[in-house]
Order: sequence, then structure tokens, then C-alpha cells
Amino acid sequence: MTDALVLLIVLPIAAAILPVFLGILSDRAGWYVALAMSLAHLGLSAIVANAVDTSGRISYAVGGFQPPFGIELVADGISAPLLVLISISTLGVVVYARRAGPHSNAFYSELALLTAGISGVVATADVFNLYVFLEITGLATYALVASGRSPRAAVASLKYLFVGTIGASLYLLGTGYLYIATGTLNMASLSEAIVATPAGYASPTVLTGFGLMATGLLVKVAIFPLHTWQPGAYAESPDTVSAYISALVSTAAAYGLFRVTYTVFTRDFLEAVPIAADAFVLLGSVSIVAGSVLAVMQSDLKRMLAYSSVSQFGLVVTALGIGNKTALIGAVVHLIGHAVMKGGLFLALGVFAASVGARTMDEFKGLAAREPVTSAAFAVLAFSMVGIPPAIGFIGKWNIVVGAVEAGSWSVALVVVVSTLLTLAYFGRVIERMYFTHPDETDVADASVSADGGQPASDVSFGMRTVVVVAAVTAVLLGIAGSDLIDIIRPALEVYFV
Amino acid sequence: MIDLLTTHYNYIASILLVGIGLYVVMGSPNLVRKVIGMNIFQVGIFLFFVTTGYVDGGVPPIVGHTEGPIVSPLPHVLILTAIVVGVSLTAVALALIVRIYNGYGSLDEDVIKEVQVDD
Repeated sequence: MTDALVLLIVLPIAAAILPVFLGILSDRAGWYVALAMSLAHLGLSAIVANAVDTSGRISYAVGGFQPPFGIELVADGISAPLLVLISISTLGVVVYARRAGPHSNAFYSELALLTAGISGVVATADVFNLYVFLEITGLATYALVASGRSPRAAVASLKYLFVGTIGASLYLLGTGYLYIATGTLNMASLSEAIVATPAGYASPTVLTGFGLMATGLLVKVAIFPLHTWQPGAYAESPDTVSAYISALVSTAAAYGLFRVTYTVFTRDFLEAVPIAADAFVLLGSVSIVAGSVLAVMQSDLKRMLAYSSVSQFGLVVTALGIGNKTALIGAVVHLIGHAVMKGGLFLALGVFAASVGARTMDEFKGLAAREPVTSAAFAVLAFSMVGIPPAIGFIGKWNIVVGAVEAGSWSVALVVVVSTLLTLAYFGRVIERMYFTHPDETDVADASVSADGGQPASDVSFGMRTVVVVAAVTAVLLGIAGSDLIDIIRPALEVYFV
Repeated sequence: MIDLLTTHYNYIASILLVGIGLYVVMGSPNLVRKVIGMNIFQVGIFLFFVTTGYVDGGVPPIVGHTEGPIVSPLPHVLILTAIVVGVSLTAVALALIVRIYNGYGSLDEDVIKEVQVDD
């Protein structure tokens, strides 16, 4: 039963090799390998989720070396939903990529490698192993961002590579400090060993280790002002890639931050060192506001969504800083919700770009008339992101706000409410243009010209639109089933509150 | 102070390498030099790990060397993995630089920015 947990990582790595060899036989081989891989991944994560549902927490000792000496993989009520999310997102993106591209076998190899990396980040219970999976995720993402043919994509990818590598290296340095202080790398035994060090939480080695690890992970999460790599990477990569990495890469890093903060250092550490929690709240709040303001200023839709992610992950980090049960539930729910919503929004942009060539704010005028189904899905996802019930975006934000009020941080509650208004401001602008503005005469002429010559409307397959609609429906259904989702997460969080 | 220098020179060296590496990544406009800086930065961290495993007067953790304290092999093993990661990163970075050079005809960050604005 627990073998499924390690297969979640091994299977995509094995699948990553196949497209390269099968490429000799057929140019489309990669797609079939990726489809088979994502279906098998979904099956495995369903097995893991089922096992977690019946027995609570499952653990796997890699290579038969028992933890704390060997590497341990763990699935619980928080990581199991994330693993299912990874499988479903991968499946959706693979279906979407059949028509949308990039059409190369190398793309599917990189996609499979990225799936392995993200699954590893979520499943691992070893701080050094987390570094390795972060770097696998990073390497695959750099290659995917650069799979856009333009040299701009290569520049964006290289920038991401420099910033991402320095972030991951700082994290590695932090694990070094912890290893010096405690002599172990297993997350669970680290939490006990840190308390047992002579100076405990006040030890400068432990404090430095925390600072370095948290900073490194915050770079990967793309929190303002460490977000500089993110808008370029999201905007310059192909639409399929933007959707996949925006849905999962930062999510995995944020989950890593949650694990390091709460499993390794525990709530006692945050209580003993209040400045750590305060720093999370401060950085998160600044990120919420700055991300939203930058998003309002964008005219390129992909950049707008990218800055929106800076703001949404600010929410998650703020909730980690608040640190009571309600806020943490909100953080996990928002991680899952953000992945569905932001992935779906980027896929919708891909449909708009392929069918009518609309990429900037002005080109979105009157779009709803020409692309009604996708526009409706986009609107649903956008309103969900704003936080309008009953969609999933509401459940996450609501729990974070209630958590902030419970903790007495009214200022944070205010920031979240203001950020909701700002989110409405930048999505409202887009929806207003799509539904209530008539296209200019020249725009219509341009569109008919491009429909004749440049990009035929048949560039969009039924599958692409279906995936976008499914994302929108999922966002609403998850919201309606929000209390069930919370029931799955809550028992796993209780562990941190004993 | 002198005492610190003579007993902890390995730590000081790794801090210097990290600092120099970061400075080159941020300060140099040349993309290849940035990659070199990134490597120096990482090597500083690797050196830090390796040096923490050493025990004064320790013997190598090899069968047959049993007298005296044994040097901790684990940090060295970790860094073997990290070196592999570093090599892969350098390879990807250089591949990207080849594409950037083909596209812009320059490795200078400032020149590339100007060309991008003109597009």
C-alpha cells in the first residue's frame, strides 16, 4: 500500500526517459506517454489518498533504511489532497497540450520530470531530500519556461535560474546549519533534536538555519520583494507551461515552507521567537498589497495573472505567520484553490490567444461574444479568485480572515479585505471589457484579417475548452464541498496543536 | 582575532566564496560571468558542508581505519549530490546562454535589455 507513495515519484521519472527514445518512432509518442503517466499518477495518488483516509498517516522508508537514518516519505491529510491535485492538474494540462502544444517530445519529458519533482517536494519528510526535489522542480521548470521559441523566454528562464538557484542554495545552507546543530535531517526527529540542543530555540545556529531555509523557500514561493523572477517566467513561457507552473511550482514551495515551519521548527519555535511569525505576517501583507497593485497596472493579461499570484501567495504566507488552526486551514485550502483557479485562468488565456489572438487588455474588448463558453469559465474563475461564495477562493480567504480575527490581528484582516477589493479591481477591468465594451471598428477588422490569414479559429480543440470549463466547475464544486475538504485537512493539522 | 583566523580559516574561506559569488552574480553584466559567480557561490556552500564533517585528528571513514575518532562522511555524501545538481544547473544555464546569444548577438545584460525595449 505504501509503495504507491514512492511510485508517485519514480513513475514520472521513468516516464520522463521514454519520450526521448520513442521519439525515434513517432513525433506524437511523447503525448501518449504523458497521458499514460498522468492517468497512472492519478491512480496512485488515489490509492495514497484512500490509505490516508483509512489509516491517517502513511510512511515509506526509501531503500529499506529506517528513518531517521534513511529518507522517509510521508503522506497525511494535508499532503494527500495536494498529491491528488498534482495528478489532476497534470492530466488536465496534458489533455490541453495535445492541440495547444508545445509539440515536441522533449516538452513531455520535462513535464514528467516536473511532476516527479513536485510530487517529491510534497511527499518527502527529509530536509535534504526536499532540497534535491526543489532543484529537480527548478531544473524542469527552467527548461519548460525556455521551451517558448523566443529568445525572450530564454532570458526570462535564465533570470529564474539565477534567482531560483540562489534561493535553493540558501535553503541548502540552512539545512547545513540545522545538521550541525542536531546531527539529523529527518523532519520529525529534527523537531525533537532542535529542542534538545543546549541553547534550544535561542541557539544562533538554529535561528540562522531557520532564517536561511525560510528565505530560500520564500524566493521559490515568489513573495514580494523576492518575486522578480516570476512575472517574466510566467509571461514568456508557452500558455500550457504557464498554467502548469503557476498552478503547482510555487504551491509546492509554499507547502515546503509550511512543512519546514510547522513540522521541523513547530509552533513552540514560533512562540519562542515571535519575530519569525511577525516576519511572515509582514512579508505576506506587503506581498498581498504590492502584488495586487502591480497586477492592476499591467496591460498584458499573463503578467497581470503573474502578479496576482504574488498577492495570493502573500495571503498563504501571512496565514502561516498567524499560525492558529483556522488560518492554517485557510492557507492549505487556498493553496489548493489557487492552483485550480490560476491554472484554469492561464489555460483560458491560452484559448483566447489561440482562437482570436487576444493577449492584452485592449484586445479583450467584446471577447465574450466571440468566445462565449471560455469567457464564462474565465469569469467564474476570476470571481472565485476575488473570493465570491460559493467558490473555493472564498473558503480559503474566509478562513484566513477569521483566523486573523481570532488571533487579534485586525490589521491583517483589513489587508486581506483590501486585497479582495484590489483583486476585484484588476479582474473587474478584464470582465468589463469582455462583456460590456464593444470592440472598436479597427479591432473587428484586425480580427477578421487574422481569422482569414494568421490563426484559424480551429486552433482551439474541444479538449482545450473542456479543460477550462472543468477547472471552473471544479473551483465552484470545491467551494460547495469546502467543509468536506476542511474535514480531511483538520485531523492532520491537529498534530501540530498538541 | 588571530586565533579565530588560524582555527576557523575554513569557515572564513567559505563565507568569502559565498560573498564573492553573490557579488559576481549581481554585479557583473556578462551572463557567462554570472554563471561562474553562481558556481563560486555554490562551491562556498559545498565547502561549508564538507568542512563541518571534519573532526580534528580524525581518520577517514574507511574499513581498516578504526583507531581514533572517525570523520563524519554524511555531509560529504550530501555534497556529492549537491555537486551533481550544480553541474546540471550550469549545463542548463549555458544552454540558455547559447540561445540568448543566437537571439541577441550579445552576452551583455544591458545590451539585451536595450534590444528587448526596442522590439
